Amino acid sequence: MTLSLVESLQVLSEVRDDAVVVTAMGASREWMAIGSHPLDFNFVPSSMGQAPGLGLGIALARPDRKVIVCNGDGSTLMNLGAFVTLTAAAAENLTLLIFDNGVYEVTGAQLTPASTASGPDGRCVDLAAVARAAGFQSLYEFDDIDKWREQARTVIDQPGPTCAVLKVAPIPGAVGPKSPGPAPERARAFAAALRD
Amino acid sequence: MFTGPQIVELISELGITHVVWVPDSTLGQWEEALTAAPNIELVRVCREGETWAVAAGLHLGGARPLVIIQCTGLFESGDALRNAVHDYKLPLFAIVGYRSYLNQSTLPGDTCLVFTEPILDAWRLDYRLIDAPEKFSQIGEHYIACREAGKPGVALIAEGKA
Repeated sequence: MTLSLVESLQVLSEVRDDAVVVTAMGASREWMAIGSHPLDFNFVPSSMGQAPGLGLGIALARPDRKVIVCNGDGSTLMNLGAFVTLTAAAAENLTLLIFDNGVYEVTGAQLTPASTASGPDGRCVDLAAVARAAGFQSLYEFDDIDKWREQARTVIDQPGPTCAVLKVAPIPGAVGPKSPGPAPERARAFAAALRD
Repeated sequence: MFTGPQIVELISELGITHVVWVPDSTLGQWEEALTAAPNIELVRVCREGETWAVAAGLHLGGARPLVIIQCTGLFESGDALRNAVHDYKLPLFAIVGYRSYLNQSTLPGDTCLVFTEPILDAWRLDYRLIDAPEKFSQIGEHYIACREAGKPGVALIAEGKA
């Protein structure tokens, strides 16, 4: 069973309140379509795999703010060490959401290595298990939208660092996110919103 | 060339709030002093590219980060630093250890000497080579100059071994 990425993000938008939300890749594309908030940081253009680090930096600088990072599985695979960086830093105000669709969606839905790798039991790589092994004490998995809707606020309000892996369906024909404007200006506006 | 207490005193005076690092055998000797510094938080990351993203987030959040990595980590950092300092134009500053600059006994023919400075030029990072103890003050001077200009910068610290 899988969730819809769009529905999953809509649920997030209903519970984020005044949290900072950092999005990357496909999550950015759909998050921007849902709406905008001064504390959104749509990481477009991004350095693939670096959204968790960016979110960690914000969380450490502003421990009074909840920070939610929406990452993809391809981006996660590109920087698996970030799991350990996040748990080592132990930022209680940080939540990492991984939208796992098994493919590089924005480049045409090619399989990720994790989708082709098979363990002894024939399963693909289990990102939640990797996160658990990397030290996340607060860890969730969702493959059902009703359960995500029911627990989303709990996931976000939980003292972190928290990781939740949401199994989502790829969106056929989806493309990469378009930058919503000049990156330096958006960075300055975001920093100003954080100061307010 | 420099001790941990020297570095901590300097970066404290500069108002650095967070050091984001992957140590090498030279820079790593500063760990005890950095850990003990009351006003500096040491953020340990797993790979050097992450230092730039974490520093970017810290900067956006109003903190004053400093990246500390070896030149080999600078090579690894390419896309992450490009994104932070060129796409978003964040004025991040780094201390980069220049492996084998003073002594190649451990790694004769170390190609770090071939590529480090051209890579810094390629990424358009304004750097100062600190290759003697008497140049210590240039680290802070360059940091302040970059901060006032709102641009990224690097202090390239010569090292003697890998």
